[in-house]
Amino acid sequence: MTVSALAGEQKPTDEQVAFFEKNIRPVLVSKCYDCHSSKAEKVKGGLLLDSRDAMLKGGDTGPSVVPGKLDESLIIAALRYADKDTQMPPQKSGGKLSDEVIANFEQWVRMGAPDPRDGSSKSVAELDKEKALQFWSFQVPKKSLLPPVKDASWSRTEIDRFVLAAMEGKEIKPVADTEPRALLRRAYFDLIGMPPPTEVANAFLAESAKGSEAQQKAFAAIVDQLLASSQYGERWGRHWLDVARYAESTGKESNNLYPTAWRYRDYVIECFNEDKPYDEFIREQIAGDLMGSSDASEYNDHLTATGFLAIGTKNIVEKKKLTFTMDLVDEQIDVTSRAVLGLTVSCARCHDHKYDPVTMRDYYGLAGIFRSAEVFYGTNGKKNRGLNSSKLLPLADETKSLSEQPGIVQQSTAKLADTKPVKNKKQGKKKTYAGADRNETPQQMMHEVMGVRDGRITDSPTYLKGETDDPGPVVPRSVIPLLTKGTAPSMPSNASGRYQLAEWLTTKDNPLTARVMVNRVWQHLFGQGIVRTSDNFGATGERPTHPELLDYLAIRFMDEGWSVKKLIREIVLSRVYQLGTRVDETNSQIDPGNRLLWRANPRRLDAEAIRDAMLTASGLMDLKPPGGSMVASAGDGFASAYSNRFVNAQFHYRSVYLPIVRDFVPSCLEVFDFAEPSLVVANRDTTNVPSQALYLMNNEFVIEQSKALAHRISVAPELDHKGRISLAYELALCRPPTDAERARADVFLRDEVKDLLKQSNGKTPAAAEAAYATFCQALFASAEFRFLADALPNQSAQMP
Amino acid sequence: MNTTPSFLTRREMLQRGTAGFGYLAFSALAASGAEQSAKPVINAMSPKQPHFPAKAKRVIFLCMQGAPSHMDTFDYKPKLNADAGKPGGKGNLVGSPYAFQQRGKSGLWISELFPNLSQHADEMCLLRSMNTDIPNHPQGFTMLHTGSTNFVRPSLGSWVVYGLGKETQELPGFISLSPPLGNAGVYGSAFLPAIYQGMRIGALKETDEAISSDAVHDIRNSMLTTALQRKQLDYVQAMNNDLLKSTGGDSEVEGVIQSYEQAFKMQGSVPRVMDISNESKATLDLYGVGSEPTDKFARQCLLARRFAEAGVRFIEISHGSWDHHSNLKSRLSSNCAQTDKPIAALLTDLKQRGMLKDTLIIWGGEFGRTPDGRNGDGRNHNAKGFAMWMAGGGINGGTSYGSTDDYGHAAVDKPMHIHDLHATILAALGLDHEKLTYQYAGRPFRLTNVSGKVAKEVFA
Repeated sequence: MTVSALAGEQKPTDEQVAFFEKNIRPVLVSKCYDCHSSKAEKVKGGLLLDSRDAMLKGGDTGPSVVPGKLDESLIIAALRYADKDTQMPPQKSGGKLSDEVIANFEQWVRMGAPDPRDGSSKSVAELDKEKALQFWSFQVPKKSLLPPVKDASWSRTEIDRFVLAAMEGKEIKPVADTEPRALLRRAYFDLIGMPPPTEVANAFLAESAKGSEAQQKAFAAIVDQLLASSQYGERWGRHWLDVARYAESTGKESNNLYPTAWRYRDYVIECFNEDKPYDEFIREQIAGDLMGSSDASEYNDHLTATGFLAIGTKNIVEKKKLTFTMDLVDEQIDVTSRAVLGLTVSCARCHDHKYDPVTMRDYYGLAGIFRSAEVFYGTNGKKNRGLNSSKLLPLADETKSLSEQPGIVQQSTAKLADTKPVKNKKQGKKKTYAGADRNETPQQMMHEVMGVRDGRITDSPTYLKGETDDPGPVVPRSVIPLLTKGTAPSMPSNASGRYQLAEWLTTKDNPLTARVMVNRVWQHLFGQGIVRTSDNFGATGERPTHPELLDYLAIRFMDEGWSVKKLIREIVLSRVYQLGTRVDETNSQIDPGNRLLWRANPRRLDAEAIRDAMLTASGLMDLKPPGGSMVASAGDGFASAYSNRFVNAQFHYRSVYLPIVRDFVPSCLEVFDFAEPSLVVANRDTTNVPSQALYLMNNEFVIEQSKALAHRISVAPELDHKGRISLAYELALCRPPTDAERARADVFLRDEVKDLLKQSNGKTPAAAEAAYATFCQALFASAEFRFLADALPNQSAQMP
Repeated sequence: MNTTPSFLTRREMLQRGTAGFGYLAFSALAASGAEQSAKPVINAMSPKQPHFPAKAKRVIFLCMQGAPSHMDTFDYKPKLNADAGKPGGKGNLVGSPYAFQQRGKSGLWISELFPNLSQHADEMCLLRSMNTDIPNHPQGFTMLHTGSTNFVRPSLGSWVVYGLGKETQELPGFISLSPPLGNAGVYGSAFLPAIYQGMRIGALKETDEAISSDAVHDIRNSMLTTALQRKQLDYVQAMNNDLLKSTGGDSEVEGVIQSYEQAFKMQGSVPRVMDISNESKATLDLYGVGSEPTDKFARQCLLARRFAEAGVRFIEISHGSWDHHSNLKSRLSSNCAQTDKPIAALLTDLKQRGMLKDTLIIWGGEFGRTPDGRNGDGRNHNAKGFAMWMAGGGINGGTSYGSTDDYGHAAVDKPMHIHDLHATILAALGLDHEKLTYQYAGRPFRLTNVSGKVAKEVFA
């Protein structure tokens, strides 16, 4: 009997496989494969360790493993450093492994060297890929039948059926629906990032009082109104800007400003407001310059969209041009793959992906596509010219037709221009770009934009370990083959292939794109995604809590024309969205993490919503977009020259328009866990820490808002003292105080006035308004202000 | 009868004032309320027993951002000088322009760049076989602080506070003074509760002024006296306690309540600790406060001592621009002139106060530099070998651990990876790096991931 038969024909048990996967394979991969695998550049000693058979066969000096026999297994002697000539790993690769690791190998050999790796060395990698491809997220979404449920009356929508079925499977019952007020507040913050006006709340309460059906009807009408408002795009556009790592400077060492980055921001906001189909939205950002446009306005939109590929971090002072180029390409691959596919592809820059079916070859196939683009990001002004500066792209004059503008060259590939009829749906749209609007700010008159267009078409070599000094074989440009159902698009010889990539990303049989987006939307509405690792749908990410629901939503999303608004509408009208936040002890025992969504998660508002809610309550909110950005008025230059002005930026327009400069994010945003603008951020933290308390207690902006709210309630002519307290509650917390709370506020205010009178030399009105201001600030500082949770105010408010 | 009770009349106020609603009664109520709700969170931060007896109670990490050259500072390489000019690596070998001398009774080789610090040679353990994964600054810096480059992971300081809690409730457990901006992860807590994250004070910028409490955001109120602000806060906390009750004790609401109590204490304590005006002239001179080129870093070192004294568990201070690809001689000399005296003073001062024995001092950067360079006056990035040092808290002074090859290119003897460094730091604090875990995303995470070996020899 051969040794191979000994180890090979006995199927290892689950425990043995687990032991191998935990203790043996990682060591082999990280410590041995460089020299002893079929992928090694030069196999040392004729020994391969990347398959079971190869290990049993051994190398030039004999079998490396003899199952059960420590003394005959050469690998053990090598690891033990027993013989000077066969010490492994060698010193230059880090030297002898720890005793613990060696002990694991010994134990493994004693166990009989159980090894789940099938096949021969040559094909191991491919076989692993086959296995990886069976992973759930690489399958095209499947329609499933609505699951049966026991409680037939609970569900309001199909979404509810899926969620309820999962709960019933675990003997869990959903908690009661939330109160109308809390529901309205939740929907307002979720959909537009601002609190509901008192009048809307009162009207909604009146409808709700008529019964559930009337409430649902009124609620649906409000949802439609919110989705139609321009504040919606400012909210949901910002969610996309998180994953698009939007910022107005290069970051890194020199941190040069991008004075025209705001055009991309406005483009994103507008796309959400227009409800541009998500697939088209993605295509424009990857390849807008290649899409062909019917008029100057569309041309400008398409070009601005490609800012997605230009606004990333850049080490503008990098001396090696090739390193700079490949870093830029890597950054583009990273943002594209994570934002659109929910996959981290950039690991494969240096090595084949360890978990997902993406090889180094795939990476450099993509890299060729991006490398064939010329990227325009500026930083070539008088004040900030860097080693790697570039120009910007000129925008077309929207008052003229494209043919009248010889400087504007459409780059669309022949193939594309012929087959893609351009739409002209923007007739009558209010122009935001160049030329048309007489009330343009000076910044809007700078008719240039960041973006990309095809440059020199080239395939990229691989760079071993990502080192540009070490080029390997050239890889033809390509999309990721293993994620391709059917035939992969062929790459044109006269164009980069970015358009083909964009189309490939958004075909309906791409298994990831739709799933990833519906999951993002779900996450923003529930506080957790169906896949909780929302930018990692790969093997190291979490599995979906409701796989059938995820597929249902993804398919429906595509069938409904990739409409984000329709998707949001369907979700917020479901019953599960409208649950209360109350904790149920029995459910908690079974599902402490609320993965099955038996209640609404209490959620902290994000930074923008907290700031915008203060401005709304104080009455100082200016809903008119500023047109441009503070960064544009700073112009070319280094971010550090304006650092304090950016960090302390205080305006009254919505938070989404504040300057977002890498390393100098406004403190009002940063303190509440704003997305780090150098990273693709799918899921912001929500912390509650002392720096936030200090901000709310002491920051001048908060004090200004508190004074303004105090003034607002003080001058309301028809109100008495109690009425003012109530109004402050309604404006800040979207509900009236209970009697007990009003009494508590009253006592607090009287006490404050007494103290403040001493300070203000007896000037009563000043003291009164100051007292109201401290009271209003207290409302802003309260936990209730920053949480979406059922407040259920009790009638016996605790006295301070 | 006046049906609109005027809030503004003095008479009414006085009426209410005499109606038994005295402030004292309220504040007593508030105190009990705050205590009740705050308890669980205070427990999370109160001092915890280490896994085994600790050698050090706290850490001061002197972080030299940019990757200092080891063969010009703490890793003596005579052969490099002998072979200077010969081809090596990608350029020619660059000899060290600095003389090395044996220092202290122990005879440790230290470069002439550190005339003051080298007087403490017998307190220091040179770690001369450091190595890390990726020789790029952002990744290397993140690795040094979190043990990971690909993923956002909790920082070393946050793990320490998570493991040991705080000795003071008046200050953060983890303070990072003047870190380089743009990588908040290096003092962040990632998936550990945010309460463990470091408080950043100031930022590392070339143009920066010397650090003071002005660098702490929102630490002062322009409108209210402390007493009045406390009343306002009591009111906020009463509201918060209501919400806590109605949510059935939601932990996030509890976190908010706790954050206010901490913040209120901090706004008193932080400026007080950061006010160095009561330090003696002798002390200021010892550190080099008020004179150049030491002033800026001297203030950081002095503040590190003051924070340590006040009970802060993990203090990191930073000095930047050690990335000497060119003009090595002038730039390295200038960096060392700025830091040598303050660091030596910190060791002296801690020793005088009896604190050096339980304060672990760590010096180092994200990686090291190559023996070769392109122009004979500069060195490139090197992840394979570099040097750091430790002193104080249980460290076996006057020794060195591990070594690089003859040119300082790669660690050969007892290689100490960043994971090993982290394991060793935790061990000094009485924490077993394999037991200090946090459950996240379905599995227990460690600072050292699946590696890490404690270098026991560095301890006395």
